[in-house]
Amino acid sequence: MTGIVGAVVEAWDELRIHRVRVLLALIGVAVAVTAITAVTAAVTMLSQAMAEQSERWMGRDTTLSAWSTGMSGGLQDAAEIDAVVDEVAERYDISYHTIETWASLSVQGPASSGLDVTVVDPDYGTILRRQVDDGRWFTDQDTERLAPVLVVNQPFLDAYAGGASVASRPVVTLQGATSVVTSVVGRVPVEYSEEGPRAYVLFDHVARWFPDAASADSYRFWVPPESATELAGVLTRDLAAAGVPISVEPPYDEAFALDGAAQWVALGVGAFALLLGGLGLVNIALVTVRYRIREIGIRRSFGATGGRVFFGVLMESVVATTVAGVVGVVLAVAFVKWMPVERIFGAALQDELPFPLSAALVGMASAVGIGALAGLVPAVYAVRVRPIDAIRY
Amino acid sequence: MTDTLVDLRGVVRDIVLPDGRVLPILRGLDLSVGAGEHVAVVGRSGTGKSTLLNILGLLDSPTAGEYLLDGSSVESLGQRARARRRGEDFGFVFQQFNLLPGRTALANVAAPLLYARGKDFWTRRRRALDMLERVGLGDRWETMPDKLSGGEQQRVAIARALVRTPRVILADEPTGALDVDTGRAVMSLLEEAATSTGAALVTITHDLAIAARADRQFRLDAGVLAPIVLEAAAVVEHALGVPVPAPTSAEAVA
Repeated sequence: MTGIVGAVVEAWDELRIHRVRVLLALIGVAVAVTAITAVTAAVTMLSQAMAEQSERWMGRDTTLSAWSTGMSGGLQDAAEIDAVVDEVAERYDISYHTIETWASLSVQGPASSGLDVTVVDPDYGTILRRQVDDGRWFTDQDTERLAPVLVVNQPFLDAYAGGASVASRPVVTLQGATSVVTSVVGRVPVEYSEEGPRAYVLFDHVARWFPDAASADSYRFWVPPESATELAGVLTRDLAAAGVPISVEPPYDEAFALDGAAQWVALGVGAFALLLGGLGLVNIALVTVRYRIREIGIRRSFGATGGRVFFGVLMESVVATTVAGVVGVVLAVAFVKWMPVERIFGAALQDELPFPLSAALVGMASAVGIGALAGLVPAVYAVRVRPIDAIRY
Repeated sequence: MTDTLVDLRGVVRDIVLPDGRVLPILRGLDLSVGAGEHVAVVGRSGTGKSTLLNILGLLDSPTAGEYLLDGSSVESLGQRARARRRGEDFGFVFQQFNLLPGRTALANVAAPLLYARGKDFWTRRRRALDMLERVGLGDRWETMPDKLSGGEQQRVAIARALVRTPRVILADEPTGALDVDTGRAVMSLLEEAATSTGAALVTITHDLAIAARADRQFRLDAGVLAPIVLEAAAVVEHALGVPVPAPTSAEAVA
């Protein structure tokens, strides 16, 4: 116990005394650790960003898509079909499922025109990561409202509500077989430049006020990954048994994510930078040990064993790079925290990740590892020094 | 005669030169030192004085012969055990002080206790401070070696050699880098410290006046150790530049 504490105390003293030299040697290591940690963190965040991007189109992992098989003979009324789907989903404890169809409605306004409105359930927002940047998304309570509500994009507001903000509770008139005044409750971000008007409406509202425009031929179910394949079969069977001609597709094999090779390339670059930093450290450590030969001899006269001298020199390097590692990780955290995620990844992350612990661990492990490697050569050299020669040096 | 602490019997130390030739350094050397005894070894440069001190301090091993420490041969001791005994039983005082640069006087004196165990390790600062007080440098504990005079540096080195209360103090030219008065004061301190702790003191020196202070004196010449008696006149002659006196025979000393 005292041996280990003694070696650490000794190593820390050495570093304190030679702090300028150590500082210079460690800048390279700290920068490399910053790079490797930041790259690891960025790759994790990039994967998350790409997964989120993918989920905006395909639904969260694991989302089952269901399509109408076009078979006739079963239920034809959209509201009846939807009621059956709800019942089947509830039977299997599927917490999130949504219809996803389109209804051609006419929107009255300064520039009234026909518009394909996306017809959804409230769960659509969760499953396909639709977030509003003003107002709110649909809630279950909205289905009971006495007038339909809409979630739209800014071009929609510009075209049909005179550019009014959601806070001013703009209203527009939707026209199918009948005309209904609807209020806008939320605004979704524009997804690409030159995007036209876009609107979401709840299926229950369409079924109630525009039954002619309602269809129920496409659904999504967010299910646990482990039972996804099994559920696809079971849902299809139960829906068919209830007269609903909808087939639930098994999930894709893999969610779309950052290519594994790209991660390795990024890590490889970081590791190479760390290696260069480590070589600089070996160089400085070797020079220092030569400079300290006499001191090593004096310590031998105090009773320092070869093992203790070896461990002491090794510890100097490890303690130093550990400190550099902490600095590097802190810098990386600061860098990633202030990184313009939206500009780099194209969209802000919805699920804001804490700084990935794995990245910090990779950074610290790299720092300690390079310290041990860099300390090994001078430590072996120090042990080989004969005490008598060292004192006379 | 006190109990024998270190006992060299027929110790030989040879060095093999790069061209394969064997260079004898010590040739069958006998030396016994008891606890509390002060022994001085004089001799010219290159006669093997430092090699003798290194063998005594377990920093080097004899090529032949026997070294008994406390009556037991050290030959069977492994490197680890030798290092442990070196730390526990021996205190070194060097000619060039050999203080660790960049560390305060206190850190220097505490340094040997970094290799101690238990209480000695955990109380090293307090013990080092006590030892600095004993050598009269309690108020300079924060001073760096390069800010101390030669005499003060050697006193720090003595405090460092004594901090683990060694049983044998090995002093290699302890006054070699000091003026006469300072050297005398340092020797007094060393002798007093050895006497108070009952440690044996082996001094290697060029200075006959310093050697004359020891209980017994030896001359090392061409690897051969022989006892001598230093007369006061001889010391004066030496101070005047007269060569070191030839050794008297062992029989004459006896």
